[in-house]
Amino acid sequence: MKRFAYELTESWKIAVAQMRSNKTRSTLTALGVIIGIVAVTLMGTAIAGIQIGFDKSMAVFGDDVLYVEQWPWKPVDDWWNYRDRKKIKTEYAEPINRIIAATPNSNLVEAVPTSSLIRSVKYADNEVSNVLIRGTVSDYLITSTFDFKEGRFFNELESRGGANVCVIGYDVADALFPSDSPIEKSVLINGQPFKVIGVIARQGTFLGLFSLDAIVVMPLPAFQKYFSAKSDSDILVKVKDKTRLAEARDELTGIIRRVRALPPEKKDDFSINEQQALKSTLDPIKNSIAIAGLFITGLSLFVGAIGIMNITFVSVKERTREIGTRKALGARRRTILLQFLIESTALCLLGGFIGLTVAYFTCTGIGKAFPSFPIHFSLGLVFVSMIVSILTGLFSGFAPAWTASRLDPVAALRYE
Amino acid sequence: MSSNHVRQAGPIMIDIENITKDYVMGEEIVHALRGVSLQIRSNEYIAVMGPSGSGKSTLMNMLGCLDTPTSGRYEFNGRNVSAMNDDELAAIRNREIGFVFQTFNLLPRADSLRNVELPLIYAGIDPETRRERAARVLQDVGLGDRLDHKPNELSGGQRQRVAIARALVNDPSIILADEPTGNLDSKTGEEIMALFENLYQRGHTIILVTHEANIARHARRTVHLRDGLIESDDGDFGGIGILPMEDRLEADATL
Repeated sequence: MKRFAYELTESWKIAVAQMRSNKTRSTLTALGVIIGIVAVTLMGTAIAGIQIGFDKSMAVFGDDVLYVEQWPWKPVDDWWNYRDRKKIKTEYAEPINRIIAATPNSNLVEAVPTSSLIRSVKYADNEVSNVLIRGTVSDYLITSTFDFKEGRFFNELESRGGANVCVIGYDVADALFPSDSPIEKSVLINGQPFKVIGVIARQGTFLGLFSLDAIVVMPLPAFQKYFSAKSDSDILVKVKDKTRLAEARDELTGIIRRVRALPPEKKDDFSINEQQALKSTLDPIKNSIAIAGLFITGLSLFVGAIGIMNITFVSVKERTREIGTRKALGARRRTILLQFLIESTALCLLGGFIGLTVAYFTCTGIGKAFPSFPIHFSLGLVFVSMIVSILTGLFSGFAPAWTASRLDPVAALRYE
Repeated sequence: MSSNHVRQAGPIMIDIENITKDYVMGEEIVHALRGVSLQIRSNEYIAVMGPSGSGKSTLMNMLGCLDTPTSGRYEFNGRNVSAMNDDELAAIRNREIGFVFQTFNLLPRADSLRNVELPLIYAGIDPETRRERAARVLQDVGLGDRLDHKPNELSGGQRQRVAIARALVNDPSIILADEPTGNLDSKTGEEIMALFENLYQRGHTIILVTHEANIARHARRTVHLRDGLIESDDGDFGGIGILPMEDRLEADATL
């Protein structure tokens, strides 16, 4: 072991000397690995960024909330079976809550009705289109967590009374009130004024697809008064113990069937959705994107590795006499093998280090220029990149190093 | 030659008995050595001569443990070299043999000190001891002021001195020099030969492989090879180092 460490240090010294004396060649060869590592690392940061964004987007749904809706959160082939389902009505909330209250040891907390549609929102000369207008009750807060930038959510009194008040998302506030506070101002939706009582803090986008901040939330009676036609309704149900989600689901299925008075022989004509199910639908997509990305960028690293292998072969050829001399002076096979392996590994490590530095600054630059771009540079990534560099070096150096170690000293010494 | 003093030879160091070496060259088998027997004692200064194709280089490779014979027995200090594997041979070369090549074979980008340290690296000597010993040997061959010079900053004679220092540094049993003056002018060549004489006087065993008679005359014993056999061996001083009679007859018969 001590002997191995000794040989390792000596080989390392030889490798460094070799790289120094062949600066141009070493740099050009390392360039292949640099590009490869930059590509893989950037892909790694992007994948990590996507993962974080994905988790953040998923968190919007809450992991302890069940969504009673007409459509399931997954692709369906027999869409016609779903299209003709009876709509979910906000009125279900009341009987559901009554049943929950009457059930001892229910695993459900409360049902919250919501009803939504897309409209434009105006204030003075400013207008924001494609805003999600949502009517709900004051208990909405138990199913959806968000922070307030300013103001508050509407209270139970406003909720029941259907006051013309609303809470607006960050994007809406930003677009309509670029310079002053929207609180106590009235925005126009469909020509109807609604007084802003709160602004929700920035929530970002959902999977980068649409903004979660283009939203206006108002009491359900007010919503129904002005927008009842063409709106989609669903019921959000908070679960008591999220470790027993399946049980809660079964319980809720039974309740909805009762509310809808479905005879036992009929299949469910509604879907109960949850974050976990959505995750498991989207995970394979996300994973295949990650694998495909890493594979393609991995190819560039592979090309870099071939470059190293090539140059190590050339180096072995050029230094055949040197290898012969070293063998004559007592270098064993293992020593020669180690020497060339370490040379290629040192090259790859150098490339990996430079590549990582380049990737780091690129990431920081991108992060500064496009804050919304999902990118995440971590220490784990540095560690993995270095391991990958070493493995690349070992992989690309092995064949040439093996050839070198097997050289016949007599032939090597005579080589011209 | 200033001194022609013959030192008393010691115990048998190299004992070769009837070794042959065949090479396959395409479809042909070349018999480079056809049965050579040779004994070399410590403190000998022996020249191996012969024209090209005589098997001289092959014999040198055998003596230097760079290669193993096809048949026959080779004992080095009582150890059977013919049966050794690559790594054992490497260890023998490292400890017992100091090579001096015609083309010096120094590492071009390493300074003198580093070049001389090389065998000690393979012997696993710690860096301080290594440095110290390499510097001392370079001092001995008259290059004490050239420790940090790279080969391209040295003259041919100086390069060969570095190579000799490298051969000496691990205190080997024999110094095996292959045409050590072949790439040097005659004056420098004589200086190198004087250095070998000096080493011999200090008790080193030297095997000189050459085709030049005026280089070989520095040795105290000369072995002539021809067509893979020993043609003559004048190692008959003090009744030691003489070939068995039948081998000489066999060698004569092939002439």
